[in-house]
Amino acid sequence: MSSKSSKSGEVLDKRDLSWYVDRLAQALMFVGGISAIIFIVGIFVFVFKEGFAFILDRFDIVEFFTSINWRPTSVAKETYGALALIVGTASITGMAMLIAIPFSLGAAIYIGEFATGKTRETLKVMVELLAAIPSVVWGFIGLTIMNGVIIELFNVPIGLNVLNAGVILGLMAAPIMTTIAEDALKAVPDKYREAAEAMGATKWQVIRKVVLPAAKNGLVSAVLLGIGRGFGETMAVLMASGHSINIPGSPFDSVRALTATIAAELGETAVGSNHYGALFTLGIFLFLITFVINLTADRVVRGIRRS
Amino acid sequence: MNGTLQGSAQDSLILDVSDLSVAYGGKTALRNVTLNVVKNEIFGIIGPSGSGKTSFLKAINRMDAMTPGMSTTGNIRFQGYDTAKWRNLYSLRRRIGVVFPLPTGLPLSIYENVAFTPKIAGIHRKLELDAIVEKSLRRAALWDEVKDRLSSLGSLLSGGQQQRLTIARALSQDPDLLMLDEFSIAVDPVTTMRIEEVLRELKNEITIILVTNLVQQAERLADRTSFFLNGEMVEVGRTVDIFNGKASDSRTTDYVEGRFG
Repeated sequence: MSSKSSKSGEVLDKRDLSWYVDRLAQALMFVGGISAIIFIVGIFVFVFKEGFAFILDRFDIVEFFTSINWRPTSVAKETYGALALIVGTASITGMAMLIAIPFSLGAAIYIGEFATGKTRETLKVMVELLAAIPSVVWGFIGLTIMNGVIIELFNVPIGLNVLNAGVILGLMAAPIMTTIAEDALKAVPDKYREAAEAMGATKWQVIRKVVLPAAKNGLVSAVLLGIGRGFGETMAVLMASGHSINIPGSPFDSVRALTATIAAELGETAVGSNHYGALFTLGIFLFLITFVINLTADRVVRGIRRS
Repeated sequence: MNGTLQGSAQDSLILDVSDLSVAYGGKTALRNVTLNVVKNEIFGIIGPSGSGKTSFLKAINRMDAMTPGMSTTGNIRFQGYDTAKWRNLYSLRRRIGVVFPLPTGLPLSIYENVAFTPKIAGIHRKLELDAIVEKSLRRAALWDEVKDRLSSLGSLLSGGQQQRLTIARALSQDPDLLMLDEFSIAVDPVTTMRIEEVLRELKNEITIILVTNLVQQAERLADRTSFFLNGEMVEVGRTVDIFNGKASDSRTTDYVEGRFG
């Protein structure tokens, strides 16, 4: 018997430096992890608190969802109908997805399945760079370049409309959607591709019949996160949409978005006023929508892991 | 005895390989292999890992065309036609079934796994597909175990079942040549025996190249066996000779008797 192993367990049980470092590291990581929850709950509580008084006193759910009259500063009678704002946001997001989905899926498939080596790396960097362009710059492009282009191209009186904001928003959402979609494609094991190729499947058959079905959930969540982005985007939409309350009959009508309304009006309201509360109610509504979209995306992604 | 077959008519050859070398990014993996494979034989390839067995298979179905850095020289004639001249490689691969070492059930249903190849070859009639799926699964000795759950996910089957599913899938296109690359690596002994039984029966209809790291497997199944070592083909001979001390190269005898490798 060596003297080492004859030591009693009590002597061996000594907390050394690495034990304390481990504890400290765990504690720090815990704070970092939990802060995400603290912030989200904090924001939730704050937004609800600010909108709560208005919801109790003045809020009329029927008016909110069915009236297009958003007149918070009317002297005769204030009305808080958000229908036009909801439709405005939805129509811009819908238009944006029409543009972003084909672009981003096409880009993701090209980067993930076709491009190799330098092309692939360059494209990935470019796409990430595209995602980093500030939204106000996009809005600026909408306001100046796109506006003129739309007026010229379609011979319409005003170029700040659903089409303009949708195109801008679509281009803004596409990079992040591309990145997520490409990650989903990358998560498909290569052995599936090799097996299908060895059986004589063409490149396109491999993608269509093996890779895309296998990556389906990730692709759906990419689209959902794009939609979430669309609902939440403010500055670019404010600048490119025309910002006029309107139920659009065509892509060439100006609209106003929920987010843009909050951004444009909040600075001019008295804290605690009905108008102030109404804007926070819009915020709560937006919060709920994006919450549901993100939750759905998360559920869908979980679906992948299970299968 | 060498790689070329004596006294047999050219048309009984399914594969005629001469002076084949394979390299990856300039690094040679296989050097100057000359051999041929006769119709309806099981052709065994044995050798330690890194001896170039898999590279040989990859060269046969022209995976070099889609493997960056892989290059081949020499001549491979499949069914009498130079594969280097093959314009539609997809059609070549549909004539050659491949089974990889690790079972790869595609993330599709059992039915769709087997129907995959006929579908990409343009068969879409349900009745026809049903018949192909059943026939292929029967040939792979899997039908009885899965016939009641054809719509469940193929990747959820056990390893041994997935490997038979892979074989069924390789058979679904009615290939002329079936190449198996160490198929029993992830399969239990009982399933291995079942698959070996399947291969013995299949031999009546198709030609099989069996790459294996189990020398006894080659002894049990192969009509002829070739021994690969360090990127070279040491020899080809009748399996009975190779395994009964009549190999022409002493390294072969040493290997099959377990003295190295």
